[in-house]
This record gives sequence, structure tokens and C-alpha cells, in this order.
Amino acid sequence: MPAAFYRIGAIVIALVLIILIALASGEAPLSIATALWNGAFGTFDQIGRVGSTLTVLLLCSTGLIYTFNAGLYNLGIEGQISLGAIAATLGLRLFGEALPAPVAIALAIVLGMAGGMLWGLLAGALKVFGKISEIFAGLGLNFVAQGLAIYLIFGPWKRPGVASSSGTEPFKDTLWLGTFGQTEATPVGLALALIAIVATIIILRGTYFGLKLRAVGRNLRASYILGIPATRQLLSAFVICGALAGLGGAIQVLGNFHRLTPTISGNLGFLGLLVVMLSSFDPRLVLPIAFFFSAINVGSLQLPLVLERVDSSISGVIQGMLVLFALIGRGLAEVRGKN
Amino acid sequence: MKVELLHIHKHFGPREAGVRANDDVSMTVEAGTIHGLLGENGAGKSTLVKMLSGFITRDSGTILLDGRAVEIKTPTDAIRKGVGMLHQDPMDFPPLTVLENFMAGKAHAGIFINRRADANQLKSLSQQFNFTLNPNAHVNELTVGERQQLEILRLLSLGAQTLILDEPTTGISAFQKTSLFAALKLLAQQGKSIIFVSHKLEDVEALCDEVTVLRRGKLIGTTRVPCPPSQLVEMMFGKVLATPTKPQTAGEQMALQIQQAVIKTDTFDLQIDHLNVQRGEVIGLAGLEGSGQSEFLLACAGVARYHSGSLNIHSVDMTHKPYRQFLEAGVCYLPADRLKDGLVAGLSISDHVALRTPQRSVFINHAESLSTAEKAISTFNIRGRPESHVERLSGGNQQRTQLALMPNPLNLILMEHPTRGLDIESTIWVWQQLIARCQQGTAILFASSDLDEIMQYSDRVLVFSGGRVAPAVAATQLNVDTLGQMIGGKF
Repeated sequence: MPAAFYRIGAIVIALVLIILIALASGEAPLSIATALWNGAFGTFDQIGRVGSTLTVLLLCSTGLIYTFNAGLYNLGIEGQISLGAIAATLGLRLFGEALPAPVAIALAIVLGMAGGMLWGLLAGALKVFGKISEIFAGLGLNFVAQGLAIYLIFGPWKRPGVASSSGTEPFKDTLWLGTFGQTEATPVGLALALIAIVATIIILRGTYFGLKLRAVGRNLRASYILGIPATRQLLSAFVICGALAGLGGAIQVLGNFHRLTPTISGNLGFLGLLVVMLSSFDPRLVLPIAFFFSAINVGSLQLPLVLERVDSSISGVIQGMLVLFALIGRGLAEVRGKN
Repeated sequence: MKVELLHIHKHFGPREAGVRANDDVSMTVEAGTIHGLLGENGAGKSTLVKMLSGFITRDSGTILLDGRAVEIKTPTDAIRKGVGMLHQDPMDFPPLTVLENFMAGKAHAGIFINRRADANQLKSLSQQFNFTLNPNAHVNELTVGERQQLEILRLLSLGAQTLILDEPTTGISAFQKTSLFAALKLLAQQGKSIIFVSHKLEDVEALCDEVTVLRRGKLIGTTRVPCPPSQLVEMMFGKVLATPTKPQTAGEQMALQIQQAVIKTDTFDLQIDHLNVQRGEVIGLAGLEGSGQSEFLLACAGVARYHSGSLNIHSVDMTHKPYRQFLEAGVCYLPADRLKDGLVAGLSISDHVALRTPQRSVFINHAESLSTAEKAISTFNIRGRPESHVERLSGGNQQRTQLALMPNPLNLILMEHPTRGLDIESTIWVWQQLIARCQQGTAILFASSDLDEIMQYSDRVLVFSGGRVAPAVAATQLNVDTLGQMIGGKF
């Protein structure tokens, strides 16, 4: 059986199962699909929401391209987003009044990247020097970041009067990133995300750094023998991913929520893991897949309003099924597929 | 228990090509005897005993235990039928205690463990064989010899009537060896049969009643012991070795100097007092696989560390320096397992060429790596294209790729099995390339299982046997008898 048979067959099975689950809910799959489409693209507001989700999801996925190609499972990405958000909030609190708005915003963005970089570097150092699995280190650091955010929201940075779990005091609107009209999407954010993915496509295929990263990710031992120092490559991957995730966190604060909230990362880091796994670590597929997942996320929010029997969590079912079966298909293709 | 292996055949690989690991091999071990199994690298002795102990299945032939034909499907099946194997690397559980290891694998009745019963059994078996084992010690604190003793007792408690021991005397002390031999003789007296796989001639002479010799998959013969050692050597290696054909290429200066070096392997400490290698010289490392040649090459390449001692390359002290400096000093290491250690699966030939090219800018010059790759493919006759992924190439072509990737010029090349998987023509061509490098001043150290290759292309030969290294001998002074005896541990 050719390898493609397993890969495509798996996706087909996933779609069939999704349709069966939809049928089990009692609604026609077609009406669910229509509701999803309308929920994502029906109004400009909703398209804008897709755009703002895509911005952060694309940044995280781009960062994860580096870590996945280096052979790492950077589950700490959620914490890296949170630290970026915290650092950006710190920046605005420190400089929001003192400096002109565009400068303060730019500084907050830079600080956000630095915050994410720091958190990524921490996970990387634990992995490289402490020989701790980056999965455990990442998840542990996620908890720490989450705790730090909650501490700041209920402690030093709490709203005047009573602390609120909806987050810190919102920043005044001069410190908001400009948007497309009245929508949530920010041109600055979207542009940065698109620049990041295009640059990554070029870097991964066309530079020595990208080649060495891929070599280390596929065979650490042989790369070492061939003279590639693994430490530098692995730490670089963590730093780059952390920076991009931190940028995502900064944009969440500056563009979407305008304050620090307890769930500022919005699980977009984990969703980014799914995007990159579905793309087989190929950066050229990241944008379309991220767009698709963003659309499903936003579209599914409308479902319980339009259809009686379906909940928005069906988005997770769709995304998860696709990734799971894509991985199964890829595994079977590798073991049994002929080329 | 009497063990009979009759007309065993085992073939690995595709139908027409591949390897006949065992070609019509028959061996009989009477109950109450110790039977030696001798053979060089690739002789087929590991394959034969793995079939008896259930790790692999035979293609054809019969196995009889006490006269009854049996099918041994898995290692569990083997131990149930009374065949137990003691591996060269003990297969135990280092974090657990001696008693826990002893209890592992037993069929216990009921859910709860009866520690006391098992502890008593361990104690009585230990006393029987004069082993001193502390039941509460953790196995990772024991020496190799003690781990062996534990494994023997464990197999006996599972009802083993036949014990197969694979190279048991490497890495154990002389006292432990005496203990082991006494235990084996006692087991033989009790009616058990023992198969002793070894390459150490003096151990075989001291312990065994009969010896079977294999060479290149075929049975050469079985003889009673004692017998003249030169007879065993001739059976193992044949009568004639290839004659040295290498032209003189050694220069004046020293390429590599090693003093008082100690290298630690998993089971033993390798000691090399003194080795000076001249520029352009070729040193062949002979001996059974697993005798330390790999670890020695890794230490000379800077990948592994010397435990103590000094290493100079071109009169520069390189002891304990990082691997990067070895690469800058013109050292190149070519591992035996190409796809695991030497090449990156998933990348193409031109990707590898790019990795090896000194970096001149941030961006890869794809046109340049493509043309370099094409040149390498035609020069080294690699059957593949620049964009072919290396894991799709055949073994022989992977080796050609590895050789093509070597930088030029080099001071020192360290190779494991340089021509494994290559046909005769390719082997001759590869050595022509390597000798051309020698003429430019590169020194080469290579390990090989093929004694003919060692003889034809080495200036001097280092023999590794049982954790020791013999002083280097000129190839011109070696013949089958001297080389065979050295590999057999007599030097």
C-alpha cells in the first residue's frame, strides 16, 4: 500500500467519525457545518475575531516549528505566552504614562518577547543541563507562570477596590493596539505573525541554522559526530519559540484583552501544538492549518446560540480527531507504506 | 540434560543475497559435560545459541532435548524446557536488590510474594556453589562477576538443566573466574550440561571436555580437550592469512601518542601502556567484537573520555579536550552503525554535504552543495542522487557516502569496519583511496572483523582480547598461529 493511502485514508476516517458524532447529537452535520461557517465568517466582527485568534495561534505555531524540528516537545509554550503577557503588562504599567503611547506599546512588545524568551530558556536549560525532560519542565513551568499571573492579578496589580478574577485594571484606550475598524484583529499583530511564518519558511530550508536544527532533531548522536553542537541548537530553538510565544502573549494583552487575565494564554499554545503536529513540522502548511483551526474555534462559539443540541466544545472534537488520525495515518505510512 | 542440535540452518536477509549465519551445523552436548563453542567474528556461534535459548527461530534442522524433538519459540519457552542463557551483559535489574532479581520471573502460586521461601532458596543455592551474595544489596553495587553468579542461581531456581554462557570470563577477576569454573564443574557433576561460548583459548582448555569450532557459519569440527592449541587456532582461522600488500607510507613525525591510558567500558577497564603512531601509518585493531576496540576509537576521536592517561595528536596534548577541538585538529571518526551514529536519516546526500562544508554565510548555497554532491556521487560511485535521503541508500552506498563526506586533508582517521557491507571490488577501491590519503600523511586506525583485511592493509596490528591490548606487532611478523593465539588471549 503506498504511503499516501494511509495518510489520506486516516483523514477520511476522521471526517467520517466527526460526521457520526455530529449525527449522534441529533443535528444534521450540514447544519453544523453551515453554523460553523457563519459563526466564523458571517459578520466582520467574527472575521476580526478569527483574525485575532489566528495572530496568536500563528505566532505560537511558528515558534513550535523550531522546537519540533529540533526534536523537542515544548509543552511549556503556554507558560511562555503567559510570561510574555505578564512582561508586556509590566511594561505598560511602568511606561504607559511616562512615554508616548506608540513607544510604550513598542516597549511592551519587546518586553513581552523577552519574557517569553526567558521562560523558554529556563525550560531549555533544565533540559540541556539538568537532563530533565522538556515535557516535565515545560508543564511545571506552566504552573509557575499561571500561579504568577494569578498572584499579580489578586495581589500587587489588583483592581482598585476589590480584586477581580476578570483580570487587572484595563489600560486606557490610547494604549490599545490599533485594530481593523471595530473588529478585534490588529494589523500590527497579524503583520508580525505573517512575517514570522514567512521568515521561518526561509530559515528552515535555506539557512545553515535551519539545517543543523533539523539534523539535531532527527539524530542527535550522528549530528554530534558530524560536528554539530547540540546544545546551541536546542537552546536556540527554545529561545526563538519563547520569543514568539511571548510576542503572542503581549498581543493578547495589547490587542485583545487590554489587561492581564488569569487565562491570558487561552490554550492557544496547546492548540499550536496540534497545528504543528498536523503539519508534519512543515512550516509551509502552518498558515492554512492555523487559519482552519482559528475559524473552527471562533465559529463554534456561535453553535449553542444557533443550534439547540450542539455545544461549542465540538471544536475540540473536530481538531483533536483530525490530529489524532493524522498521526495514526503517518505512523502506519512509515511502518507499512511503500514509496 | 542431553542437548542435540542437528543440521541447523539459519539465513538472514533477502533470498539471493544476505548471510548464511548457520550452514548445516550440528552439535551434541552430553549431560554432565562442559562443551566449548569457539569461533571468530561472524562464525555463527551467537546465532546458534540464540536459537537454543529462544531468541530467534531456526530455518530448518532439529533440536532434541533428552532425545525429544522440541520447538523453542521464546526465551520463556526455553527456560520452561530447561535451557537457560547467561548473557555477556547480565540481563538483570540494577535498581532492584539481589533478592528481588532472584525472585523475578518465577511462576509464583497465589498473589502474595513469599519472601522468606525465596530468600532461603537463594541462601541454600549460594552455599552450594560457594557464592557470597548479600540478598539486600542493590544489583548496581555488584561487580560483573557477582551479577553473573546471581544470574546462574536464578536460572537454576527456574529449573535450568542446560546452561549457556556467552563470553563469561571478560571483566571478572581471577578469583571470581576460579569460583565460576568450580561452580560449573559442580553443575556438570550434578548432570547438567553446559555450553561455554568463548574465544579465550586457555579458558576453553582449562574447563571444557569437548570443543566445537565454527567458521563463517560452517561447522569445522568437534574435538576432545586437551588438544594442541595450534589445532584449535587452525580450526578457528584456517591455515593461511592474506599477505600484507600495503606499500610503505609511514612518515617521520608522530601523528598519535598515547601513554598509560585507561578507558572504562561497561564491563572492564581497557589498559594501553604505550602507543606511538607515525604519520601515514595504518594500525589495524583485531580481536573479537566487544573487546574494547569501539571504546578505544571513540576515546581517540575525542567523543569519549579517557579515564586516565594522556593523548597527543601531532604533539599537541589533546587529553580531556572537547570534541570540537579534535575536529579542528583534523581528526575524523567513522562509526560502524552508519544510520545510527554517522548519518542523519531524513536528510539527503546534498544536505549532508552542506553540513560538512565550512560555513561562509547564513544562507546555504544550494547550487554549490548540489554540485559538490554530484561530484562526490560520481567519484565514490554512490548509487543515488543528491536529493536521495540517506536512509534509502543500501548499506554499501551509505558507507561510500560516509567516506565521501570525510574532510580533506586529515591528520587522523578512525574507522570501525570500513568495508562492512561492500563487495570485493568496492573494498579494494576504498582502500586505494585510503592509502592515497596515507601517502599525504594521514594516519589511520581501523577496527575490523575481517582478519584478511587487517593483514593486507595494516602496518602494525593491535590485538584486543578479554579487556587487554597486546603491544603492536608488525603485520609482516604475523601468521595464523601467532595472530590466532593472541586473539585467543595468549600474549
